[in-house]
Amino acid sequence: MGSAAAAKAASDFESWRIELGGVPLLADMSGVLMIEDECVLVVSDLHLEKGSARAYRGTFLPPYDSRTTLARLARAVERLQPRTVIALGDSFHDVGGCERLCTEDRAALGRLQKGREWVWIAGNHDPVLPIELGGDRAGSWQHGGLTFRHEPTPLSADEIAGHLHPCARISRDGHSQRRPCFAFGSGRLLLPAFGAYTGGLNVLDPAVAALFAGEMAVAAVGRSGVYPVAMRQLRGD
Amino acid sequence: MQRAIARKSPKSKVPPLLPERFADWFASRGWQPRPHQLALVEAAQARRSTLLIAPTGAGKTLAGFLPSLIDLTERPANEPRLHTLYISPLKALAVDVQRNLLRPVTEMGLPIRIETRTGDTPQGRRQRQRLIPPDILLTTPEQIALLISHCDAGRLFGSLCAIILDELHALVVNKRGDLLALGLQRLLSLAPGAIVTGLSATVARPSELQAYIVPQRPDDGFTRLADKVVLKGGAAPQIRILGADDTLPWSGHSARHAYAEIYAEIGKHRLTLIFVNTRSQAEVIFQSLWRLNEETLPIALHHGSLDVGQRRKVEAAMAAGSLRAVVATSTLDLGIDWGDVDLVIHVGAPKGASRLAQRIGRSNHRLDEPSQAILVPANRFEVMECRAALDAAKEGAQDTPPIRPGGLDVLAQHVMGTACAGPFLPEILFHEVRGASPYAALTRDQFDRVIDFVSTGGYALRAYDRYARLKPNHDGGLRIAHPNLAQQYRMNVGTIVEMPMLKVRMIGKNRRFLLRDGKPGGPSPMMGGKYLGEIEESFIEMLAPGDTFIFAGHVLRFEAIRESEAFVSRTEGVDAKVPAYAGGKFPLSTYLAARVRDMLADPNAWKALPKPVGDWLRIQKKRSVIPRADQLLVETFARRGRYYLVCYPFEGRLAHQTLGMLLTRRLDRAGARPLGFVASEYSLAIWGLEDMSAMIADGRLDIGTLFEEDMLGDDLDAWLESSNLMRRTFRFCAVIAGLIERRYPGKEKTGRQVTVSADLIYNVLREHEPRHILLEAAWADAASGLLDIARLGLFLERAKGHILHQALARVSPLAVPVLLDIGKESVPGDAAESLLRESAEDLITEAMRDG
Repeated sequence: MGSAAAAKAASDFESWRIELGGVPLLADMSGVLMIEDECVLVVSDLHLEKGSARAYRGTFLPPYDSRTTLARLARAVERLQPRTVIALGDSFHDVGGCERLCTEDRAALGRLQKGREWVWIAGNHDPVLPIELGGDRAGSWQHGGLTFRHEPTPLSADEIAGHLHPCARISRDGHSQRRPCFAFGSGRLLLPAFGAYTGGLNVLDPAVAALFAGEMAVAAVGRSGVYPVAMRQLRGD
Repeated sequence: MQRAIARKSPKSKVPPLLPERFADWFASRGWQPRPHQLALVEAAQARRSTLLIAPTGAGKTLAGFLPSLIDLTERPANEPRLHTLYISPLKALAVDVQRNLLRPVTEMGLPIRIETRTGDTPQGRRQRQRLIPPDILLTTPEQIALLISHCDAGRLFGSLCAIILDELHALVVNKRGDLLALGLQRLLSLAPGAIVTGLSATVARPSELQAYIVPQRPDDGFTRLADKVVLKGGAAPQIRILGADDTLPWSGHSARHAYAEIYAEIGKHRLTLIFVNTRSQAEVIFQSLWRLNEETLPIALHHGSLDVGQRRKVEAAMAAGSLRAVVATSTLDLGIDWGDVDLVIHVGAPKGASRLAQRIGRSNHRLDEPSQAILVPANRFEVMECRAALDAAKEGAQDTPPIRPGGLDVLAQHVMGTACAGPFLPEILFHEVRGASPYAALTRDQFDRVIDFVSTGGYALRAYDRYARLKPNHDGGLRIAHPNLAQQYRMNVGTIVEMPMLKVRMIGKNRRFLLRDGKPGGPSPMMGGKYLGEIEESFIEMLAPGDTFIFAGHVLRFEAIRESEAFVSRTEGVDAKVPAYAGGKFPLSTYLAARVRDMLADPNAWKALPKPVGDWLRIQKKRSVIPRADQLLVETFARRGRYYLVCYPFEGRLAHQTLGMLLTRRLDRAGARPLGFVASEYSLAIWGLEDMSAMIADGRLDIGTLFEEDMLGDDLDAWLESSNLMRRTFRFCAVIAGLIERRYPGKEKTGRQVTVSADLIYNVLREHEPRHILLEAAWADAASGLLDIARLGLFLERAKGHILHQALARVSPLAVPVLLDIGKESVPGDAAESLLRESAEDLITEAMRDG
């Protein structure tokens, strides 16, 4: 970040304040979204057990992605203290993912769920989830005039979605970063993918850009802050 | 164990070593079988594995095959069976050898079938070769790995009588050598009666190669060695050093001052080979020679970036004798015999005594006449290096690098390959693997961890036990869990993952919302702008995003690597922090480095150096100090508002570059505000905004602490965090070991869901399981390879307590070459040429003037 940014206190970048359908929202530096007034936390594309998803075919990626992801989520939950958590789909990388989750990681997830409402929105990777997982299930979810669903729909208004793993490439003073990001505009908000092994799709890619009709504001999730980025600073891959 | 090759049998009339048909053939060509050729026939009759060390042109290949040709003629087989396996590092060499071998076979009318098998061999023929094998198969290490992964390997190789390993000195130095060592032990288990013949150029430690070709039993406590036949080069080579007069440059690698003399030498010889260290040097010299070429002598160019067809044309023209000179890089180093070279010119520093000897061996294939060679140093330090190499060549000293311990990633690949061929007992495989000399020191624990890795990924968290790729048999053996795994394995065989060159591309301006094919979700456009050229990947590896360097006449800022492209942006008005390197990728050998240090320390030795070099050193002695051979000289001085620290470790550019990265960090912490550094083969210069002489004088900076060995701890870790080098090294290991599938051109998987990038895997693994076997493998590679940490560590240990610091009023003569590198790299473009020259002259005058 440049010197102007450095002059601001670090706390100024803890969250990015936006408003969608008249509802004030906080895009948090951890990559989750908070609806502060309602104490609702929204997290998208956890892709738990992505590492183990190809194990049956003999590809053994380090099986530590779920615990990395859950530990990061636990830190966000601890800090933001939501009453409700909405997992915005693709919470598990595949239908069998939940069963593969090891006891320890399962317990970590249980601790997160304890004492709060939990809604699993279905994603294309996890259309069904076992009942033992607890929480509520929904294809999509309406709340305070906002629609929460996994895959963004072209014509919907006031929609909060994930699925696309938006990612921003920024080049400044010759330094370059590629980070997950929030993409906001045209009556919608896209959440970054939260999982440890999730790659990203550049927001300049037509699949993302087409949803915004050129009207897009972006905030990149850094290591210790969420940073609004001007369109002109964005770069393609 | 060495046999006298000229040994005369006391009863030489009975029985003759050569059957009549062979003796007649030699006679009909007017040849005498050479003693080393007969020695190998004798060794084969005694069924003894043998290493033949001989210079180029000694009929090495024929010597290797002669026993097999005789055996096949005397004892023809009733049914098709593989008798002899020939393995070479190059596909082209296999083809070349087939051509050369067919001549005696045809002329003697021998009933022998010879075939090649490489990656280019059509699938149909490959299958047929497994069913109906030829008598002699010529192939590569990768094909061996493939063949032994089939369940019929025992049938195919069980009949083997002889295995010939050509250019062994070149095969053993990398991971292909590890793969071959393991494959060789497998072959010897399948065919216990086969003998191995290694063919090699002269090396520093022949015993390493003697050990490589026979099975080891490390528990016996001694190394088993094959027999050795050594054919010394006949007459000592005649070497001289060219162009070391007053025109000798202070720095640089072009040797432009000597082109006219080189051209004159070409005119005086039949065929001149001009070796250089890099492709770009080759291009420059080639073009410059043609500008001088008033007689339009046929001069050609040969290097690795050229199209294969073009290279084959040059090779054919050489063989046909229609060329007068060829400018070449190391692509011409290996064994193919290309005609009647009578002069070798080596431009630039030779880097190693053995390397030089092998290149000089290209000239004059008649052993009894001396080879003619000319060394052309391109700058003053190179004069000393050339002098050291010339002395070494006179003594016949060798300095080939020692064989490294075998890679664990390669072992993982081999274990999977073994399992694909059929069930195996770990206990037995462990002993077989330790039979391969690079793996002789492998511990059972390491082996078991590799087995565990192959089976379930080798993680402390036992997540994949139920998906294990290896399943236990009732007898304690292991077998693959599913035949699909064998298919998958064969797609990924081999150890060559390198993408040695990266395309350098500018980041495009205003590249956004670009549609390719108009398809949403299709391949996203690269952020690419103008293509600038290609650069060594190992160089880009050293950079962190934001580092600046010189390339194609611009100061560029490194941004990122995507696939095989390095993205850069242009920057203005700044010094390049890390200059592009114009030397070769081979570092100065430790042996030559020690000789150069000795030469520098001993004023008597300067008499053998050309006058400008001697004068330079004498003024250095007067103005600063000449370090003893065991001392590290560190000079600090100010110049034009910048403060410099220059040191002279003579440890090669790779180690210096690592040292530069680490020292810069330390100086930054100490408050010296370093701006950049430049590393050469001989020295390292760092510059910054604080007066380092003053800092040392008032105790803010302690020179001993600065060079403390512990920089290889946390500082190294912190740097590796931010550099791409470890990530990429890890990726190579992960591909070789089979954790990540190979990417084939045109088959790259796209889309965010399918692949997990090696970067993300590396990060998670480092966090949760830093002792994982693949991280261990990646670290071993980095330490011995691109970072040369091993050498840097030895240097820091040696320097401890032997640092000689000189605070100077102005630049010292010894510092001029490396400082000129900074100046040259920072002022791009032709327009700056005169400015450059003036500043260079200033610098030299400043360093050399009296008072």
